[in-house]
Amino acid sequence: MLVADRVIAIAIMGLSAYFMWHAVELPIGWNGMTGGPGGGAFPFWLSLIMMLCAAGILVRSIGRHDGGQSFFDGVMLKSVILVVVALFATIALIPVVGAYIAIPLFIFWYVKVFGRHSWLLTLCLTIGTPLFLFFFFEVTLKILLPKGITEPLFFPLYAMFF
Amino acid sequence: METLALLADGFATSLSPLNLMIVILGVTAGLFIGAMPGLGSVNGVAIVLPLTFIVPPSSAIILLCAIYYGAMYGGAISSILLGIPGASTAVATTFDGRPMAQQGKAGLALIAAAVASFVGGTISVVLFTLFAVPLADLALAFGPAEEFALVLLAFTTFVGLGGDDVLKTIVMICLGLVLSTVGLDLISGSPRLVFGDLPGFYAGISFLVLAIGVYGIGEILYTLETSRTAPSVTPAKITFKELGAGFRAMNRMWKTMGTGSFLGFFVGMLPAAGATPASLMAYGIARSTSKQPETFGKGNIEGVAAPETANNAASTGSLLPMLTLGIPGSPTTALLLGGMVMWGLMPGPMLFIEQPDFVWGLISSLYTANFAAVAINIALIPLFVWALRMPFTVLCALVMVLCIVGGFAPSQKMHDVWLIAGFGVAGYLLRKADYPLAPLVLALVLGPLMEKSFRQTLIAEQGNVLAFVERPLSATFIALAALFFVLPLVKYLRKGGRRSVAPAE
Amino acid sequence: MIYKMTRRAALAGVASIAMIAAGATSALAEGWKPQKPIEMVIMAGQGGGADRLARLFQSIIQKENLASMPVLPVNKGGGSGAEALRYLKDNEGDAHKIMATLNSYYTTPIRNDIGVDIEEFTPIARMALDTFVLWVSADSDIQTMDDWVAAVKASGGEWKMGGTGTGQEDSLVTAMLEKEFDIKVTYVPFKGGGDVAKNLVGGHIDSTVNNPSEQMGFYQAGKSRPIAAFTPERLDVFPDVPTARELGHDIVYWMQRSFVAPKDMPAEAVAYYTEMFEKLSQTEEWQQYTTDKALMADFLSGDELQAYFIEERDKHAAILADMEGDGSS
Repeated sequence: MLVADRVIAIAIMGLSAYFMWHAVELPIGWNGMTGGPGGGAFPFWLSLIMMLCAAGILVRSIGRHDGGQSFFDGVMLKSVILVVVALFATIALIPVVGAYIAIPLFIFWYVKVFGRHSWLLTLCLTIGTPLFLFFFFEVTLKILLPKGITEPLFFPLYAMFF
Repeated sequence: METLALLADGFATSLSPLNLMIVILGVTAGLFIGAMPGLGSVNGVAIVLPLTFIVPPSSAIILLCAIYYGAMYGGAISSILLGIPGASTAVATTFDGRPMAQQGKAGLALIAAAVASFVGGTISVVLFTLFAVPLADLALAFGPAEEFALVLLAFTTFVGLGGDDVLKTIVMICLGLVLSTVGLDLISGSPRLVFGDLPGFYAGISFLVLAIGVYGIGEILYTLETSRTAPSVTPAKITFKELGAGFRAMNRMWKTMGTGSFLGFFVGMLPAAGATPASLMAYGIARSTSKQPETFGKGNIEGVAAPETANNAASTGSLLPMLTLGIPGSPTTALLLGGMVMWGLMPGPMLFIEQPDFVWGLISSLYTANFAAVAINIALIPLFVWALRMPFTVLCALVMVLCIVGGFAPSQKMHDVWLIAGFGVAGYLLRKADYPLAPLVLALVLGPLMEKSFRQTLIAEQGNVLAFVERPLSATFIALAALFFVLPLVKYLRKGGRRSVAPAE
Repeated sequence: MIYKMTRRAALAGVASIAMIAAGATSALAEGWKPQKPIEMVIMAGQGGGADRLARLFQSIIQKENLASMPVLPVNKGGGSGAEALRYLKDNEGDAHKIMATLNSYYTTPIRNDIGVDIEEFTPIARMALDTFVLWVSADSDIQTMDDWVAAVKASGGEWKMGGTGTGQEDSLVTAMLEKEFDIKVTYVPFKGGGDVAKNLVGGHIDSTVNNPSEQMGFYQAGKSRPIAAFTPERLDVFPDVPTARELGHDIVYWMQRSFVAPKDMPAEAVAYYTEMFEKLSQTEEWQQYTTDKALMADFLSGDELQAYFIEERDKHAAILADMEGDGSS
């Protein structure tokens, strides 16, 4: 627990430093001529406060003991990582093979492989979700989802519904 | 009296069978659009805007207002059921709505939200009917200085989020504010913090992306790890008994709902402020005036009612400057304004004189839309509650898909979907390390308004910081903000003082 | 709205399988037609003046049935349109994307290095030129341009001039005014023309060069007063308002409202869209709108439009260079 707390505090300090480094590209001071703070002032000074507070959290943790309580639940951490990997893979696939292949794949994996549900439920969800997405988002709301290489398959559908 | 006669004429228009059907259709569509994380009233209105040419303008605006109202009601649904605010106006609803759903009281929370929305909507429509024209000038008195003071007030009604680590809260507020500066700086016209010059960052980081990330994906990951497969959500059920209990509970909250309605109407009326600060302030006031402030954030039904009355009252309020001055207070009202322009109507001070039929038809349709929305919403509650009874793994998969698609839909950029995933993982880790997430999201919502109006004032006043306290309206808000800031501090010190005495005994 | 679709969906599924075999060649036969909804990228956020105009176009197209597929507006307003420009560049050769432009089409690539050369894009049609007028609040004593200049000089640099973001149109016109009259004003940037209009009437700023379309409501209510128009000739809606040129100050500035397409859009598609917008420009709704809002409906397309864009870009580069020079001194 304590280790994770420190790691996160250090990460926030690093992030603040990165923000500050970028913020100084614009004036960060008080400009009397144009009135008020420059474009970089808000991000710079706020990042500085953030860094100081994170440093405070780090300093506070020194000398404390927490009886070796671990940050992650070892058993469940594996599931969390699996889900995160699946999520990222799905998002990466969307522009390539399109939402209508990537999303059913994700559902299938999650419900069948990860959730160990029955074939019937899996099939209903795997087929039902893209149908719902198409009719709700594309037909009703006229918001097109990315199709990637599957785009030509949708031309007749467009012709039919628009 | 003249007002009443005009309103009666208006009802003759809005209660025609065609218009009544339009209201019901619009409200239902709005409800579902609003309930979808990522989609809100803006999307609903934008989509039907071109369709409105096939019906006469008075019916068209009724359709748009019905969708607007429906979406405002619907926003509470995803806040309560999934803990993901569908729009910034519904952030405050998650604070107590989500815990209530986790305790198996989702039905009760949904009823509270629906009834509160109805009360807020109705009170504000009445105010609108009576005072629309004279109040228009108040909106004009609002310059950048007043805007800043108001946002500051909304912020301070919120500080002292009880029980959280002070250092960690400050870190989160700063992070939210810094993230809100990403993108093009309006004042200097230069890009800021566009990491690696990615074009996606030029548009800044949308509130929706962060909210869907931390509350949607982050929450799922957190539940997944802490629950060890068993869902922590108590299955919700809905019975007539519960419905009755819901109404009785609402009956005890007239003070909260009254405050929320007036506050929402007046804050919503001010251009640029709108429903988000209104709902936050209503929540803050409900908590600080409550006898048990410590129960807020843990599933207090008043914590759902207060922001819901305010945001619905505000959405009516924001129609006021749009109709009387032609100033849209939010993207949604801007689109409504665009619609009116397309039909050849000129919103502005002359509208009430030149087009009384249209104006009063619209106002009367706000009453009917409000009735339709509350009835349809309550009728659909069992459906929404039933959706929560799905097995956890199925619900997670579907919510994740909704997060992906809902994150993509408003901006149509994969960039935002990646950000959602990133914020999801970061939010999960931060939450595990006991960093409060609400201040982060709030800071991102209020940050851009705050910085912009602060700098605009200083430019206009040649860098004179006293400008904020020299103007009566903004001075009042700043004084109130100071009060709200000091109040919890005093309470904290008094409590702390007692505690430090205790060990000595 | 989702009901009754299941049977059609099933049919569509069958149909789409059948069509895969036939390939997507069916559209090639006679003339080009869009095969999927047309994406109309808007270089500004939701609710602003540019957005409202683009949505007006969309509505007229739909109402008059000018396109066989729906036109879907997509807002990519980030970075004063930088996001939209990059998006168009990344979709080279796409036949289903068009972009509604404003003057940030020139200024954004000049001000920020975003790797976009507008000469590469395919011009489609220029629909209108939006005009600029110098406005003061009706409560003010200022009646003429001379009064205005005198008032600005008397304020000693504290004259508050409102407008859209720095580097955008309003700030350019303001810079031109400063140069012409050798004056100095305090420029307060706002999020959009509607915001500016309200702040002028509310007395939070002293004057603005807003588009008439944004200020019209207050003008009709007698709350704001036009002082001078930055057009070559007087505007029909304000016959008594002199142009700056008449007063001996050659300041003319337009906001163009055009459509462009990605680089290498197929020629048939370009022809299709050009024709679509030409028809649109002749509709009654559009003509009514341009008269009401003091827009100059000046249709232009093809190479002439491209030549116009390049000329305008060079002009803007010169104005911006002037402005930046002032800033550093």
